[in-house]
Amino acid sequence: MKNIDSTSHVRGESVYLDDVPVVRGTLYACVFDSPVAHGKLKSIDTSEAEKSEGVVRVITAKDLIGENQIGGIVPDEPLLADGEVHFQGMPIAIVVAESEELARKAAKKITVEIDELTPVTDPRVAAANGDLIVPPKKFVMGDTAAAFAGCEHVFEGKVEINGQEHLYIETQGAYAVPTENGGLKVYSSTQGPTAVQRAVCRVTGMAMHQVEVDVQRLGGGFGGKEDQANAWAGIVAVATQLTGRPVKYALHRMEDMRMTGKRHPYSADYRIGLDRDTKIVAYEVTFYQNAGASCDLSPPVLERTLFHCTNSYFVPNVTATAYCCRTNLPPNTAFRGFGGPQGMFVIESAIAHAAEKLGVKAAEIQRRNLLEDGDEFPYGQIAESDAVTSWTQADAKYDLAALQQEADDFNASSKYFRKGVATMPVCFGISFTKTPMNQARSLVHVYTDGSVAVSTGAVEMGQGVNTKMAQVAAKMFGLDIGQVKVHTTNTLRIANTSPTAASAAADLNGKATQIACETIRKRLLEVALPLVEAASVDELSLQDGYVHRNGEKTSLDWQTLVMDAHLQRVNLSEHSHYATPGIGFDWSTAKGHPFAYHVYGTAIVGVTVDCLRGRYEVDYVLCCHDFGTSMNTAVDLGQIEGGIVQGIGWMTMEEVVYDENGKLRSNALSTYKVPDIYSVPKEIAVLPLETTRENLAIFNSKAVGEPPLMYGIGAYFAIRNAVMSYTDCSPAFDLPFTPEKVLMSLYRS
Amino acid sequence: MLKFILNDTDISTDQLAGSTVLDFVRYHKDLKGTKIGCREGDCGACTVLVGELIDDEVRYRTMTSCLMPLANAAGKHIVTIEGINPANRELTPVQQAMVDESGTQCGFCTVGFVMSLTGFCVDGSANSAEMAISAIDGNICRCTGYKSIERAAVRLSEQVAVSSEQYVPEYFATIQDRLRQLRGSDCSPLTAYSSLFVGGGTDLYVQRHDAMSESEATHLFYDDELRTIRDAGEYVEIGASVTVTDLLESPVMNAIFPDLYKHLKLVSSTPIRNMATLAGNFVNASPIGDMTVWFLALDAEITLSTPPYEGGVAAASADGVVLSFRDMKLRDLYLGYKQLAKQPDEIITSIRFRKPAGDHRFNFEKVCKRTYLDIASVNTAISLTIRSTPGEDWIPPALSSPPYEGGVDAAPGGRGGSLAVEHTIIAAHVAAGGVAPIPLYLRQTSEFLAGKTVNAETIAAANEIMQSEISPISDVRGTDQYKRLLLRQLFRAHFVEIFHQL
Repeated sequence: MKNIDSTSHVRGESVYLDDVPVVRGTLYACVFDSPVAHGKLKSIDTSEAEKSEGVVRVITAKDLIGENQIGGIVPDEPLLADGEVHFQGMPIAIVVAESEELARKAAKKITVEIDELTPVTDPRVAAANGDLIVPPKKFVMGDTAAAFAGCEHVFEGKVEINGQEHLYIETQGAYAVPTENGGLKVYSSTQGPTAVQRAVCRVTGMAMHQVEVDVQRLGGGFGGKEDQANAWAGIVAVATQLTGRPVKYALHRMEDMRMTGKRHPYSADYRIGLDRDTKIVAYEVTFYQNAGASCDLSPPVLERTLFHCTNSYFVPNVTATAYCCRTNLPPNTAFRGFGGPQGMFVIESAIAHAAEKLGVKAAEIQRRNLLEDGDEFPYGQIAESDAVTSWTQADAKYDLAALQQEADDFNASSKYFRKGVATMPVCFGISFTKTPMNQARSLVHVYTDGSVAVSTGAVEMGQGVNTKMAQVAAKMFGLDIGQVKVHTTNTLRIANTSPTAASAAADLNGKATQIACETIRKRLLEVALPLVEAASVDELSLQDGYVHRNGEKTSLDWQTLVMDAHLQRVNLSEHSHYATPGIGFDWSTAKGHPFAYHVYGTAIVGVTVDCLRGRYEVDYVLCCHDFGTSMNTAVDLGQIEGGIVQGIGWMTMEEVVYDENGKLRSNALSTYKVPDIYSVPKEIAVLPLETTRENLAIFNSKAVGEPPLMYGIGAYFAIRNAVMSYTDCSPAFDLPFTPEKVLMSLYRS
Repeated sequence: MLKFILNDTDISTDQLAGSTVLDFVRYHKDLKGTKIGCREGDCGACTVLVGELIDDEVRYRTMTSCLMPLANAAGKHIVTIEGINPANRELTPVQQAMVDESGTQCGFCTVGFVMSLTGFCVDGSANSAEMAISAIDGNICRCTGYKSIERAAVRLSEQVAVSSEQYVPEYFATIQDRLRQLRGSDCSPLTAYSSLFVGGGTDLYVQRHDAMSESEATHLFYDDELRTIRDAGEYVEIGASVTVTDLLESPVMNAIFPDLYKHLKLVSSTPIRNMATLAGNFVNASPIGDMTVWFLALDAEITLSTPPYEGGVAAASADGVVLSFRDMKLRDLYLGYKQLAKQPDEIITSIRFRKPAGDHRFNFEKVCKRTYLDIASVNTAISLTIRSTPGEDWIPPALSSPPYEGGVDAAPGGRGGSLAVEHTIIAAHVAAGGVAPIPLYLRQTSEFLAGKTVNAETIAAANEIMQSEISPISDVRGTDQYKRLLLRQLFRAHFVEIFHQL
């Protein structure tokens, strides 16, 4: 089943934010943002901008009718700077003009007077200053202090983890149109329509029922539009409120890169203790999360770092502490994996460190410590583990020993090239860790011509969620997918949505759709009962557009049934709700059962390093992945391939560089590189894990958005292994492993 | 009026000649299929096809419309996705391949890929899988991980090889005549003389995007007189508006540089190579200009001209009326960071380098964060004339195997080479970028190499001199120590590539 948007995509007919037809009289906004990272904002001079051609209004904090606040978790994020600036790129003023060019031109005429303060960009410095956004979080299992004392081997070290720019190819943007009686319709490129609605209401002082947010689709999100679409919607909403005219703002790439947050950089300390059989006995880890200037989603990101700090391994004694550190960078935010990848990278570094010192392969330590059924995670959930099976099946299929031997043979005969191999097991929990967010609604209409319309809270951003929603309805009604249309994500049709995030949108919204369809289906079968002279609805089913009785096709077709039902005044619409059962977490004890299920997998990554030039290529990523039972293999394979490559990008070439003044140096595509077609692994192989376990996923088809990204982590360790086989060195655990770091490692002496 | 063909429509417009084709198609013609990703030619979402008459045949190339001034569309056929979509929601073979292989996820970059692959199919001259993938080297996708797109490209290359299926609508058959008519008319903008000269615009539109659209400029890109590559006996003569793609496709250049494709692939991307001109690269004076470093190592000369501007440069050069001109070595053009030994109203009109005689070896090396479609941390080129003993029966080693193919080093001695062979350098020119305020001709290093035997000692000693000639700074492309180390390594790589035995 292909993505249902494929045809309009390849014809260039799919509609994104900047393609929404503009209403006559539309104005264009442009933001003037802070040129410095930290300081007292003494004055703003907008007089020249106001006189500039085509300018209708210049807006600063004092003009807001509502509250100057968009912080969702902690109210620490003004829409427009007031009194202080906290990062370079922080919005200070909004210019509204007759055209985009005129707005942009006028914004350059704004001047500000700022008394600069020393910016903090290092999370450890922020922690030392006590500048934490929320109190530290801690997971404890067993007794690490006692356990370390009995360990045969103890290793400790430090890890530096870089951020990552989302680089959705469609930049952020929003378009607000006034509606009658003081209402507002907002088109937004957001993963969280309700979050946008809340932010708009807050900054305008409007009630939520006055604001309609509509999302057709995103040109990529990856977490970057989960919370950070709010500011732009707030800006156009405020501008519309103050001018009475529609206002649009589609950010230029450099504005987007400069003003929005990224994946959180972390600095971490680890201590790992192993027994003489290289069983991990104790693990202590401290995370310093670089949250940026305001809270945004940093606390739940930090929590997921803790949830995944032991990755796929069972460690009986764990102490994991995490600090949410406020710095003068743009507020860092959700990014595919949501803190999990950072947690995993640290324990993989600790294992690599131990392996190096003990003279064994990291894969040996990894394999010996994989989670088994019944093992307890540090947060109290009991594993239903496929860590071992995914490893075993990957090894059986791809032959890890042979791949290692192939690399060793190559390395023995090559003068300048070295191959490296690494394994990367992944265990990723599915559900929002904030339990109340695990709910969704779906609205299903069956029209009298038999066509079906579905609206859910899920936002389509390339991950194929609309295709999956259409599949759910089509399957429930026994129809061809062409008879189902999935409509925009709209807060009038679906209220109080959770963002499309945490890999959970297909599960939550799919289950809600399934419930809605099942309700309608039951009503229709009751109508059908006398028409096909059946005794009980249990005999009936809907297949291939007909009512079937005991598996035999009857003459009653779908469209006739639907019309009959309508004439009998049977409700053909349903608005249903789903809440994931059986999950919960108690932060007072830091224990619970936060995840509906886990996704498991194992990847083997091979690279070749050119030790003359410091360049590298990824030869293969071979994985065994736990799909449950995939409901759409084309879509899910695309998520795996895309996730792997994005993960490899984070490990290798994607380098977010801020200078000591908090200025973003990697501020454009010319200075921030994401993988191109030549950077991807020559081979990606995906073996579906064979498993018969039941799970809480929609149609048993497990969430697939985030977990594969973490297979990419293997690329770092494969490069490191290759580098260490060329020369006697021990590269620091310092992401990303750019060609610069590779060459400097190779020739450090 | 500025005239061109947009899809099937004849356009005559008085829009600003410096405004971009992207803004014109999206916001003036409401053709929303062409997307905006970066406005600096680095993502390919805005890729269009540009058809022009070359030897009276229509030749299509991909270009990024965000960097393309409307003036450069004059007399051309500009094709957006709307210009290739079949009616009734049907799909072209390119679109079908992308759908069948699930090569589209969020869809925002997709049109750019479709245009690039359509360009590949329409061209039809190079139908290997390698070339199909090469055609999308300027398109960035953040969703798919490219493997599905790669599968679509490979499939298309197989189709192109066996059939001439329709990749574009029928109206394309009318384009040749219509372009001929345009060529006969005055289709260029009326541009007042300006000493802001624009070639391909591929860096000007990145650096000064907002200012360019309203700037009065003299557009040089499509001056046919400036686009020839000619074997002039002792020299190769190259017009200043020759693009990197023109070089890549030139029989003259390919005869001299066997590794031309491998080396020029390292320079930006297909759509940018289709637009970027040699003279633009030279006068841009970027310290890491790939083509500048390349031609410095050929010790190229340039001609600077001061044409009479009434009626424009094209008319002047076509008539052969040039008021004054002077020649200089390319290496003498650079005085300091972005400072040129050139008057503001002078333009480069031609470039020439001495055709290598005897046993000539050339190599180009470049390392960046991303191997392709990136700006160099350090780049370097070397041109050597050598004498090898023993004698003429010695076969030079094959140079064409890229080091990454299979990742295997040449065995000591190389294919056809032998450790016993001694190479003496008769003449050398070495240049490097990213290591000084200017693209640097390494004069002392070059002089030192002349007369030396190729061995590890020579390379080490040359490196010592080279390190004293350079002055790299730390920036977003690397620290100064890294750039020093990298140049040392790439210098060594020159000899490994050329002699396969070090």
